[in-house]
Amino acid sequence: MDKYISVPLTAETAASLRAGDYVYLTGTIYTARDAAHKRMFETLERGEQLPFNMENNVIYYMGPSPARTGRPIGSAGPTTASRMDKYAPSLLDLGLKGMIGKGKRSQAVKDAIVRNGAVYFAAVGGAGALLSRSIAASEVIAYDDLGTEAIRRLEVKDFPVIVVMDSEGNNLYETAIREYCRE
Amino acid sequence: MRTLNVSEITENIREMCIEANHFLSEDMRCAMQHAAETEEAPLGRQILEQLQENLKIAGEDMIPICQDTGMAVIFMEIGQEVHFEGGVLEDAIHEGVRRGYTEGFLRKSVVKDPLIRENTGDNTPAVIHYEMVAGDKVKIIVAPKGFGSENMSRVFMLKPADGIEGVKSAVLNAVKDAGPNACPPMVVGVGIGGTFEKCALMAKKALTRPANEHSDIPYVRDMEKELLERINKSGIGPGGLGGTTTALAVNINTYPTHIAGLPVAVNICCHVNRHSVRVL
Repeated sequence: MDKYISVPLTAETAASLRAGDYVYLTGTIYTARDAAHKRMFETLERGEQLPFNMENNVIYYMGPSPARTGRPIGSAGPTTASRMDKYAPSLLDLGLKGMIGKGKRSQAVKDAIVRNGAVYFAAVGGAGALLSRSIAASEVIAYDDLGTEAIRRLEVKDFPVIVVMDSEGNNLYETAIREYCRE
Repeated sequence: MRTLNVSEITENIREMCIEANHFLSEDMRCAMQHAAETEEAPLGRQILEQLQENLKIAGEDMIPICQDTGMAVIFMEIGQEVHFEGGVLEDAIHEGVRRGYTEGFLRKSVVKDPLIRENTGDNTPAVIHYEMVAGDKVKIIVAPKGFGSENMSRVFMLKPADGIEGVKSAVLNAVKDAGPNACPPMVVGVGIGGTFEKCALMAKKALTRPANEHSDIPYVRDMEKELLERINKSGIGPGGLGGTTTALAVNINTYPTHIAGLPVAVNICCHVNRHSVRVL
């Protein structure tokens, strides 16, 4: 089912999404991948403030290629989410409502998604040029020294994603594969 | 003896890094087109159509096909009658990568030390494989390799008794484990035989073989066809979201091996299987 929703998410919207929904996101999201997650995790361990508030926000696991002059961003597709599995449950417990990436997640992440009424979206891997067209603005807000791995605030318009894991514990990767498996 | 200035190598590699990251080779474009026409799952078809659109935008607007513009893997087949002048060949190759990634707005994805992890800032060094061949030509293959799929690649040190069925299971298991992480539809490069490192290198090189070409060894050709068919029955599909197109090609290379061993390497590549080839 196609849905047009705004981000940050509300608890109601996040809880209403179901695995298999085709969703277009409009609003503000944040990028963070491996190195930024490691730093955020260390920040939390020291009891300090994160660079942005997790509450109702969506993190896009993405490190863009450099923008050409006059463009907001370069190629901007998802990276493999499982590398962030070590860090994601803590962020979900702090109110993070959505993650955009690609690929399988751990049981601990699945549990944290259900526990917090959150959602895991997949964007199409390897479609970075196409996805960049749904990003209207990009600004580095933390960890500039990390280059492509810095935390960016993105303004997105009808950014296309698919719900893979929902707050009821459904997982599209498991159900969809079964449907077409012919072994 | 033919003399070649290394500055020519630098300039060609610079151009090839940019070219490979914006334009897929003809064989890969055909394979993607064919997949979009034959996929049975509606969502799978939609994803494959988006990937076609992505390729169009990448070429027209000069935006890399994928933001992971890879670690530059470079195969150099050097004719033994070639003499290089004007500097050190290896330096010239790295310089070509540096210029290509910097001037071409490509992502810098290389860290200087695997554990300290500080970005080198220019995507160097490249990973370079040299081969000495007959003649006075230099063949360069630039194959930027993304790590979503690289991380799902495997080496299996099988026993001779595992035989062909053992090899097939190893490949199928690697592909199933990779699933959605490797950005399917994928290209599967397989190396069978040699030693631990030789099979991995063969698997990598197999990815650069055109997607529509098969091995000229009859039993290997049959295995390529059978494995492709079986992988596409796994249900993984485009984006791992279900469908009948999980792989676009299975390319297998083989080499003699030891009486005690049966090494098998599976190097998985996503649909952005980039290879730019030039002969100087």
